Amino acid sequence: MTDEKAAPVSGSILVVGGGISGLTTALEAAEVGYEVFLVEKNPYLGGRVAQLNQYFPKLCPPTCGLEINFRRIKDNPRIKILTLSEVESVSGDPGNYDVAVKVNPRYVNENCTCCDACAEACQTEIDSEYDFGMQKIKGAYLPFEMAFPARYVVAPEIIGTSDATRAKEACKYDAVDLEMEAKTLNLNVGAIVWSTGWQPYDAANIDNLGFGQYPNIITNMMMERLAAPNGPTRGKILRPSDNKEPQSVAFVQCAGSRDENHLPYCSYICCMASLKQATYVRERYPDAKIYVFYIDLRTPGYRYERFYESIKEDENIFLIKGKVAEVSADSGNQNVTVVAENAVTGEKIHQEVEMVVLATGMQPTVATGKLPADLTYNDDGFIVNDFEKGGMFAAGCANKPADVVSSNQNATGMALKAIQTLVSR
Amino acid sequence: MDKKYGIYICEGCGIGEAVDIEKLGDVAKEEGLPVKTCPILCGQAGVDLLKKDIADEGVNTLVIAACSRRVLYDVFRFDGCIVDRVNLREGVVWTHPRSKYPAPTEEQKDDDNFVDHVQLMAEDYLKMGMARVKKVELPEPYLLEALNKKILVIGGGISGISAAIDAAKIGYDVTIVEKEASLGGNAKRWRKQLPGAYPYEGLIAPVIETKINDLQNYPNITVRTETVVGRIAGEPGDFLVTLKKPGDRTEFDVPFPLPDEMKLDEKGQELDAEKMHEAFMEYNKGKQDILQLDPNGEKFGAVILAAGWRPYEPEEGEFAHLGYGQMADVVTNQQFEEIAAMGKIIRPSDGKEAKSVVFIQSPGQGDDKDFGYAGAVTSLVALKQAKYLREDYEDAKSYVFYQHMRAVGLTENFYKNIQQDPGIFLTKGEVTRVSTNGGNLIIEADNTLLGEKVQVKADMVVLGTGMVPVTADDPVINLAYRQGPGFRDNALFDDYADSNFICFPYETQRTGIYAAGAIRRSMTTEEAVEDASGAALKAIQCLESVNRGVSVHPRSGDMTFPDFFFQRCTQCKRCTEECPFGAIDDDEKGTPKPNPARCRRCGTCMGCCPERIINFCDYSIDSIGSMVKAIGVPSEDDYDEPPLRILGLICENDAYPALDIAALNRLSYSADVRFIPVRCLGSVNVIWIKDALAQGMDGVFLLGCKHGDDYQCHFVKGSELAEIRMKKIGDALASLALEEERVAQFQVAIDEYDKLPQIVDDFVASVEEMGPNPFKGF
Repeated sequence: MTDEKAAPVSGSILVVGGGISGLTTALEAAEVGYEVFLVEKNPYLGGRVAQLNQYFPKLCPPTCGLEINFRRIKDNPRIKILTLSEVESVSGDPGNYDVAVKVNPRYVNENCTCCDACAEACQTEIDSEYDFGMQKIKGAYLPFEMAFPARYVVAPEIIGTSDATRAKEACKYDAVDLEMEAKTLNLNVGAIVWSTGWQPYDAANIDNLGFGQYPNIITNMMMERLAAPNGPTRGKILRPSDNKEPQSVAFVQCAGSRDENHLPYCSYICCMASLKQATYVRERYPDAKIYVFYIDLRTPGYRYERFYESIKEDENIFLIKGKVAEVSADSGNQNVTVVAENAVTGEKIHQEVEMVVLATGMQPTVATGKLPADLTYNDDGFIVNDFEKGGMFAAGCANKPADVVSSNQNATGMALKAIQTLVSR
Repeated sequence: MDKKYGIYICEGCGIGEAVDIEKLGDVAKEEGLPVKTCPILCGQAGVDLLKKDIADEGVNTLVIAACSRRVLYDVFRFDGCIVDRVNLREGVVWTHPRSKYPAPTEEQKDDDNFVDHVQLMAEDYLKMGMARVKKVELPEPYLLEALNKKILVIGGGISGISAAIDAAKIGYDVTIVEKEASLGGNAKRWRKQLPGAYPYEGLIAPVIETKINDLQNYPNITVRTETVVGRIAGEPGDFLVTLKKPGDRTEFDVPFPLPDEMKLDEKGQELDAEKMHEAFMEYNKGKQDILQLDPNGEKFGAVILAAGWRPYEPEEGEFAHLGYGQMADVVTNQQFEEIAAMGKIIRPSDGKEAKSVVFIQSPGQGDDKDFGYAGAVTSLVALKQAKYLREDYEDAKSYVFYQHMRAVGLTENFYKNIQQDPGIFLTKGEVTRVSTNGGNLIIEADNTLLGEKVQVKADMVVLGTGMVPVTADDPVINLAYRQGPGFRDNALFDDYADSNFICFPYETQRTGIYAAGAIRRSMTTEEAVEDASGAALKAIQCLESVNRGVSVHPRSGDMTFPDFFFQRCTQCKRCTEECPFGAIDDDEKGTPKPNPARCRRCGTCMGCCPERIINFCDYSIDSIGSMVKAIGVPSEDDYDEPPLRILGLICENDAYPALDIAALNRLSYSADVRFIPVRCLGSVNVIWIKDALAQGMDGVFLLGCKHGDDYQCHFVKGSELAEIRMKKIGDALASLALEEERVAQFQVAIDEYDKLPQIVDDFVASVEEMGPNPFKGF
């Protein structure tokens, strides 16, 4: 599918961050006819949604939409993808920015056929960041099956070891190149869209919720990996301490969110995420009991309300208005007791469960490391858009906490804002 | 194009070890086609070989037998050439290891009865690839004779104005039509507005006036007030729009499709095309047919539907337990806003200052649901209106009873700001009853945070009713399309003009028409302004795609389009009815009139056509049919125990990638199947299935997306329509004395690759049980 007649182009657009928002901005702009550079720090595109098992409320796999987006990239020569890359510096003004992009070595070139021989040869195992450390992977690896680009990576950890040599020797296609070095690319672009996304708030910061102390307390993003067919448990939900199928699970809402000591805002997605994850457990374990402790259930709009309605009908799901005050674990059976006060009845609840999921909130990635560009942030680290000035814009969760639908709406709009900068130059 | 063929076989990635490459090459040689092999076709030497043949030998039609077309797409793309990717790697060797399907030993090589499954499979796929390239052509874009790039924005509220300005900023001409006498919509009737930017604290003055004034800076925006759309005919890039005064009746008002019961004669038989059209015209008396062009119509290229919302109007007796309709001082949030906009808050009953007001967010009665069409907005509006009261009177008290305070995201800051106000009381609780006592209202609530039973005395009660999209009342866009004037399936979306796609929120079932603002879901001004930018982008993108003669989402950039061979059309109207995007109209005789710019290239029309007269230049009844015919069907003449042959028609969007992933994981499935990817299951024509069975294949299955309310089909209806077709084919098979169960359809999500081997093998086993196709060998 190629096309010749292009729309009027007067400069190109840089999109930083290849998660769902960045992909959307990049593709929507490119399909108008503009040249786009998409810079992603991971070795693959898809960002957070690539780690999710299913989307709410349709309970459909994110890879379905990602695959279509990857195909759109394949069919569109106007998009240039740079993975393992980070923006180092930005100078200039709207319509004319000079950007330095550092491209880190993948140590695997375009000859890679995904044959897996390098991984087989490699002996060192490293923590899988993609699986939040719940699984070890080889030092030479494919990030995940549907990864785009479909190309292996050699982890920097094994460079200089005999493992790296083994990986290189195992490759029949001359694809492993251990001499690869980081390089800097200089780009001139007219507009920049920062779609740098979010990270799960570090649950270890929340002292009273026991994450890191007790093995059977996990985060909602870890739960996504446990439920995913390509996750560490191949889609079975097993609690970490003993790989037991949990027969009772508590979800602790606002783990960090709506809390002045952590994230003062509402993270938008966690209520729906927990209700969705309740279906993961219920689907696998028909007798399991689920307890959701919440302040408010924020399921706005007809779609989310409908989903919430269906959850309410499940007799094994108990929704309790009450913030969890503390947790403790039994050193014997490793079960966790969740302590909360029912806000309506005033009753103090001690609920023992086999596993706890903390609905940890969404923190902008740039909250813990500012970008090398002249941007304005709010107190929480979200980028504030200045449409008067133009030129640079934040899209998706770099701008505010949002679900995937809203992020995509926002990211589509930001493609237009970027184009406006180019045209009014 | 004069085709010059080149067949290229890669030996890498285990292909060379598992397949007898020389023997495979003989398949091409037998057809007189030149064949070359290469140890690593994607390597520099391989690519150089391909490029050299293209440049020096004039090869322009390549069959590349290597890996899946999902990978190395850029390496094997050669502009101006037809390329077919024969999937030997994922489709054959990775999924059918020699450990399970052994290669012949030296003695077995001469044994005619030895079935080399892997080799047969590779040979079949190569034959299929060669058959296909003979039948396909390079696409030429469909270009409109005259492209109009003007954008029509329906609705002059905050969303419409924002979208217009956003599009105008990059030079597009825009016309806003607004049904009222002035612009501004609902927003102009507000006292204040929710904060729209960080820090999201206090209320702000409505931005609508500034937006309206800003329009003057854009000479390329035309505003037409007191104007609505009578009809929109044509296609993106060439819409012909009838505009009129609200309430006017004209002959170019859009006609409505015949209700189903009127399509039948007295005997219950469906009317023939001409009679049906007569009945349609009678039903729409005074209106012109959809194909009649309005000589006074205006041309537009794309449409943004920003017609917004209206306040919910409770039915008589609805919310009686809350006193609505019985007590003048119980009002909706809309009525309260009107009071607030006029001045200080006063009670409707007697004009007395209202100093205590209760805001109710949920109708209660045992349910914690908010009022209908609420979204997160009504929670925030209650907070806003609670604040009005505090602005008006120092000693005022506002009470907000909610079930779930939906101050999502950063609007939590606004909620926190409101919580600081000592005169605003916020609590969860179910309001059970509102009654009067000497001019005051008594509000009773259960299960509140302040106690189990609470009673509050108030001057007024405000119900947090929702924002009803105007599409609940009226199609608004009034499309002169044979399928009808509005978006379809609105009931699925609570009457919102919404998309069912999480990943692609702007995709509607009507190409070139994009919804923005509260017509898609209840939203705040901030969200509506943002949404408008996205809709404007999509409208512009559609125009530029039509300009290049390519499709929009999801086959963005596809240059092919359905081509109709009208001489053989029997006017059965199936294509008109089944197209998920309403791209086809038909005339009074039932002859289809395709509108290629409305088309998304799914091929559903091709799949449903009983005369098989609809084809794409690179995807046709003949191209797929020839692939089916290229599959070798071994019979007892070939082997004492011939293997089964089963055809799998695979949705290329989700099922085909899932098969690739199964292969990457080295999952194995029966070697008796042969797969053909299709654009969408909706494009599967039953002739392929009949042909497959007629040539002796033992079974056929379709593998595609989930359907139902939460459909995952990228073309909305394709997999569902295919399932209906498959049910009908069962009857035809029964008449051939073939078991219906020889044809099946399975739904699979893209991440269910681990389930695929089971699905395939179970089907193969069920066919095995039925025994071979009796037509085999004939």
